[in-house]
Amino acid sequence: MEYESVIGLEIHAELSTKTKIFCSCTTEFGGDVNTHCCPICTGMPGTLPMLNKKVVEYAVKAGLAMNCTISKFSKQDRKNYFYPDLPKAYQISQYDLPLCKNGYLDIEVDGATKRIGITRIHIEEDAGKLLHNAWGNGTLVDMNRCGVPLIEIVTEPDMRSAKEAHALLEKIKTILQYIDVSDCKMQEGSLRCDVNVSIMPKGSTTFGQRTEMKNLNSFSATEKAINFEIERQKEVVEAGGKITQETRRWDDETSSSYSMRSKENAQDYRYFPEPDLLPIVLDDEYIEGIRTSLPELPDKKYARYIESYKLPEYDANLLTASKDLSEYFDKAVNLGATPKAVSNWILGDISKVLNEESITINEFKITPEKLVELISEIEKGTISNTAAKSVFEVLLTEDKTVEEIIKEKGLAQVNDESAIKEMVERVIANNQKSVEDYKKGKTNAVGYLVGQVMKESRGSANPQIINKLIVEALNNL
Amino acid sequence: MELCELTAHELGKMLRNKEITVPQIVESVYKSIELKDNDIKAYISLQKEEALKEAAEMQKRFDAGEDLPPLAGIPITIKDNICTKGIKTTCASKMLQDFVPPYDATVIEKLKAQGAIIVGKSNLDEFAMGGSTENSAFMKTRNPHNLECVPGGSSGGSAASVAANETILALGSDTGGSIRQPASLCGVVGLKPTYGTVSRFGLVAFASSLDQIGPITKDVEDAAILFNAICGHDEHDATSVSMEHPDYTKALEKGISGLKIGLPKEFFGEGINSEVKEIVLKKVEELKAKGATVEEFSIPSIDYALSIYYILASAEASSNLSRYDGVKYGYRTESADGLNELYEKTRSEGFGPEVKRRIMLGTYVLSSGYYDAYYKKALKARTLIRQEFDKAFTKYDVIIGPTSPTTAFKIGEKSENPLEMYLSDVCTVPVNIAGIPAISVPIGTDSKNLPVGMQIIGKAFDEMTILKVAYNV
Repeated sequence: MEYESVIGLEIHAELSTKTKIFCSCTTEFGGDVNTHCCPICTGMPGTLPMLNKKVVEYAVKAGLAMNCTISKFSKQDRKNYFYPDLPKAYQISQYDLPLCKNGYLDIEVDGATKRIGITRIHIEEDAGKLLHNAWGNGTLVDMNRCGVPLIEIVTEPDMRSAKEAHALLEKIKTILQYIDVSDCKMQEGSLRCDVNVSIMPKGSTTFGQRTEMKNLNSFSATEKAINFEIERQKEVVEAGGKITQETRRWDDETSSSYSMRSKENAQDYRYFPEPDLLPIVLDDEYIEGIRTSLPELPDKKYARYIESYKLPEYDANLLTASKDLSEYFDKAVNLGATPKAVSNWILGDISKVLNEESITINEFKITPEKLVELISEIEKGTISNTAAKSVFEVLLTEDKTVEEIIKEKGLAQVNDESAIKEMVERVIANNQKSVEDYKKGKTNAVGYLVGQVMKESRGSANPQIINKLIVEALNNL
Repeated sequence: MELCELTAHELGKMLRNKEITVPQIVESVYKSIELKDNDIKAYISLQKEEALKEAAEMQKRFDAGEDLPPLAGIPITIKDNICTKGIKTTCASKMLQDFVPPYDATVIEKLKAQGAIIVGKSNLDEFAMGGSTENSAFMKTRNPHNLECVPGGSSGGSAASVAANETILALGSDTGGSIRQPASLCGVVGLKPTYGTVSRFGLVAFASSLDQIGPITKDVEDAAILFNAICGHDEHDATSVSMEHPDYTKALEKGISGLKIGLPKEFFGEGINSEVKEIVLKKVEELKAKGATVEEFSIPSIDYALSIYYILASAEASSNLSRYDGVKYGYRTESADGLNELYEKTRSEGFGPEVKRRIMLGTYVLSSGYYDAYYKKALKARTLIRQEFDKAFTKYDVIIGPTSPTTAFKIGEKSENPLEMYLSDVCTVPVNIAGIPAISVPIGTDSKNLPVGMQIIGKAFDEMTILKVAYNV
């Protein structure tokens, strides 16, 4: 039988606010163990949470960027469970009244656009980290991460393949980076993903029993885990078995998953409204204020690049997939450079350097201003494309202007006909064999002679002028 | 007369007149403690050395002619569920018997800023759960008026210390009557402020939506002075209200003519001791004679108050007390095989029976499948009680009744029967559910010579009126 898979995602993104959600401790990653915490985030008796307003702002931003309705009245709830990384033994989260709901995002897979529903986005606090056998035997808790703000994004079960899930994750990551609310570093755990997977006979509208998969540490792991789970469920069903409701854990090393807990062991979180915090009440003015402060989002930018700049879809897609690349591009274009020329540089030589040095565009030495200078010198005809590459190489290491480098290296293109004419005459005089060839009708002798003049000028002579003068000279012989 | 027998306002005047010194007051208090506390057992811990040092320093400031706040140099006793930096805060529980908070509760910061001197930490029912202070893991506090009787609870240590002149002032906390009921049973004044007027930051949470810190004092004037010192918005407590507070001592004026008093028949019905009823009604007659009008009326939903209370308070408690798991601080079982056993043994050994009972009750009412029937319904009923009080306050300035259905009962008399013990809160609990203020004032003694307290309930944020009425009692 042919099957169709049904996939929904639950994505946790750490918000990049400076301080934690309920106290004023820093959210910085990588501090010494238990140095970024206080009586509040370690759940000392008697302490109380105070909601960081920035967290609400960031979550509303994310909600608006994902086309959600923002709740004017939402509340926070306690999710009760025991675990040593959760010092209060409850997580402050949102249960039935989340901050954002009913949104959507469009993804593109195999050339087709598909709309994926965003069920809800809510705010909550992160837990700490357990360190196993870090100091001798036993487990210790690092509470630096306790109270780091998170948003949980829950999607509708609208995806039908691992590829679509991957595309949605990329899309969400790009958007969160565009609106600057999360740095989305999966390796630092600032973006985490759980997936829900079920299968049903192709064409069916009744979803099968779903399972939940945890511990997905990269986008590719997510894709692999989904495919693994689809195959596993198929095998179970084909063998006449039944899919049971369970939570499974992905092991990336063995590329397989195992059952963590079944329905019978499902926890009862005993959610109830957090009595220490007031409901979150937002007015239209606040919500609209945030809406107008949103930057241009990737979909809009993509359309603009194609429409206004006539960029190929390929270029527009690659440029807008990264907030930083597109910002670099926008800056250069706003300074007056030809969009396609800028795109060529970014997607060509610049991307190559970024890859080789594994750095981001923000760490890239050549500023948009310098790139624009370089492009403008090419367009003015001051330097050839070949010379431009040499200037680019120098710019990568030295703090000089494009003009300085051209001067120092003598890279300026010679457009002075009389100077080139002298070289042409000399080359013709010294290459009588080529002249003979030309006379015999071997027109490619011209190419050789042009090359010789270029060599004589150490690459600085304008090739079009050389060409013109050589043809003239040969014809006059 | 010993200095420890005086009130804060009397001592304040004498200090400013240079008739006495701060060390004299503090020494008098400790002398009284040394004399009586072996019997009364009001204190879990004492701060004598530190207190005497602070007293000397405060005296220097008086000597230098500084204009000091009203509580400067005044000894105060703190219920042992309010966090004091560097001083053990046990909640009268084995679970926290060695817990030393790394921070001060906001009320403690405020008291220190005023120059008040902490005498020690007073006994309570474990985690403030109880009405007799018998649920302390360490000892039973006795009523100074009769050592065979309970002082009430849960702020029994604070109330007994004030009544026995083992301090000048005390702080208690009130979730369902824990300030007013022991004040009533010990014959002192206890004020439960409007929810949100005193910061809860640093009060070890029992039921977050009901808990409120308040004064236990020898007279109404001291209650106003202490309330002045501890009220106000706190940026560490989201439920604390941002508002302008009046000077509450301005309420202390004689004359109540025109005052409209409502007497809910639910406070004078079955289960209320007839002698208590009689004494309260006699006092109401006196208020009438002073120009107040009195009307009987009904708040029907009060009948559900206890049930609502034990659902909401236990639910919140079950969550608030989950953090005591043996991982971070407090008691941890000697040995455990694995995480679940660590939790089970730590909590089984660390909590007393009443605390466990309420945790189980609270866990049950929040469980999936039961939430709607219990917790959600209780929240709705809570709204109903609030509305009925709101309606009553359109007609009356204050609502009056007994604070406790009985006077102090014998130690052990109710400790085997939790339901009977819970009934002891029947008059005080509705006030917490409605979030409104109430004060208990002593109005006489019964035939056994035990104090009777009268509860004066006001509308939200109208502590001025109840203080004024209390002052006129």
